[in-house]
Amino acid sequence: MTDSALHAPAGLERAPRARFWHDLSFWGLLPSRLLMGFALILPIFIIAAVSVATRGAYGGFTWDFNLAGYSQILFNEGWTGELEFTPQYLLIIGRTFLLAGATTLICLLFAVPVAYFISRQPASRKAVLVYLVTLPFWVSMILRVYAWMIILGKDGTLPSLLEQLGFPAGMSFMFNDGATLTAMVYTAMPLMVLPVFASIEKLDGTLIEASHDLYGDRWVTLRRVILPLTAPGLVAGAILVFVPALGAVLEPTLMGGGKQMMMGSLIQLQFGGGRNWPFGAAIAMTLMALVMLFLIATALRAARREVRP
Amino acid sequence: MSIRHDVKRYPGLGPLTIFFFLYLYVPLAVIVVYSFNANRVAGVWTGFSLKWYGSALNNAALMSALETSLTIAAVATVVSTLIALSAALAIIRGKNVRFRKLSETVVNLPLLLPEIVLAVATLILFSLLDIQNGLVRLIVAHSAFCTPFAFLPIRARLQGMSLDLEEASADLYANSWTTFRRVTLPLIFPGVFSGAMLAFLISMDDFITSNLLATGGSTTLPVYIFSLIRAGTSPELNAIATLLILASLVLATAALLVAARGTRDNPEH
Repeated sequence: MTDSALHAPAGLERAPRARFWHDLSFWGLLPSRLLMGFALILPIFIIAAVSVATRGAYGGFTWDFNLAGYSQILFNEGWTGELEFTPQYLLIIGRTFLLAGATTLICLLFAVPVAYFISRQPASRKAVLVYLVTLPFWVSMILRVYAWMIILGKDGTLPSLLEQLGFPAGMSFMFNDGATLTAMVYTAMPLMVLPVFASIEKLDGTLIEASHDLYGDRWVTLRRVILPLTAPGLVAGAILVFVPALGAVLEPTLMGGGKQMMMGSLIQLQFGGGRNWPFGAAIAMTLMALVMLFLIATALRAARREVRP
Repeated sequence: MSIRHDVKRYPGLGPLTIFFFLYLYVPLAVIVVYSFNANRVAGVWTGFSLKWYGSALNNAALMSALETSLTIAAVATVVSTLIALSAALAIIRGKNVRFRKLSETVVNLPLLLPEIVLAVATLILFSLLDIQNGLVRLIVAHSAFCTPFAFLPIRARLQGMSLDLEEASADLYANSWTTFRRVTLPLIFPGVFSGAMLAFLISMDDFITSNLLATGGSTTLPVYIFSLIRAGTSPELNAIATLLILASLVLATAALLVAARGTRDNPEH
């Protein structure tokens, strides 16, 4: 780079080229700014406004300031307008966090040993195994959930199998939190393995040997050497899994049935059959705030880790 | 050093990994196997049959959903790839980019927010603007959330590339546009190609946004499949699913192969 700067003194032939790169930084970013501004940022401001608007009589909303959308998360309005505490939506928020957290934990428990094993394979086999982990991710999400409906559902693979083993006929494992969790873990797994693998692969093997030389057994080495050194990858994987899991829609809708809702399916319901846009917008804002809090907290933790020696 | 004393070896990981891959692939295999089942009840095997593929291919609603999905995905792929390419060039190569980090965050914004929140927010926007055309709604929304998927591979490719060849082109009196077309673009093509492929797959796969924004005439494939699932599992659905799984696997493999070849040919690596 410095070489060619010698051939072409700045300010002579270089001037129009420099202007091109300068213009590029403005014109190149303009389309993305326009698209994201219109299709993302503007809608987010609008949904924030709708969350404090008043519910319309026939769906939709009117622009009158009203906190009913938010208070409805906690309170139910009685016949005479008095507010009484109802836990039903808090339970949905709680279920959302529990299921997303459980999904992240189960994915981590599988991803760490599998990624470690893959990282110890010879290069060619390693590439194939990583490819095989990635592949299911590109199969349509709805089909990956559907697969578990066939397996767990009435007349499905698992009940038929159990029936042949002598269990009672007509068992169904569908329409509960366990079914939702099964599908959530399945759809999220590739997202966890890849970042975990990326950081385990970079691990310096001599550190593991050093730990054993210092009389650390495999368990101590795992806990004191491998896990702390690969923590950034584990955190990255946890974010990639946890954040989309908080907004899961398909898994609770198809596997959980109508009753075992999560925040995502609750929001969808308010804009579909349920038709209470301000309430749906308030739940959406709550979900977004929780996701943002989680992302900021992890970013701060990472920053603190960097500052500390 | 015998295997037993290899300190980096943890016992039981091999079987666990085999189990893990079975877990990843058996559910998909179950769909494929049942698609050849002659019986109408998916879980009861009565014999091998290809009839469900015949009825799937003759299903007019399915074909129209496929056409809608392909139209939206094609337009969204072109739009998002072009936008991602110009943004990546500006962010990596632009001089004096103000708010470089922020600009990058803006491009990646769809990855940071839950899709359902974006979907309902866009729905409110379109109904306020009275945009009723389902195709237009979906193309705008898909272009937005496909952009980061197109952006990331292009950015990675550009970042790893040295400026030498472009400088050489400029020294040989090529103007900026010629240099871009004849030197830069061919060099970053693997990134552009895999970005476009990812954008296409993400658009074809999308359910949450499409389901909320679609209107009568713009049912996409996943939305149509959702309605079939709601009506109950059927072997015809399994045949459709098998064809789609096959298509995704082929496209994803092509994208990954081109991306892998790109990294190998990259002069920087």
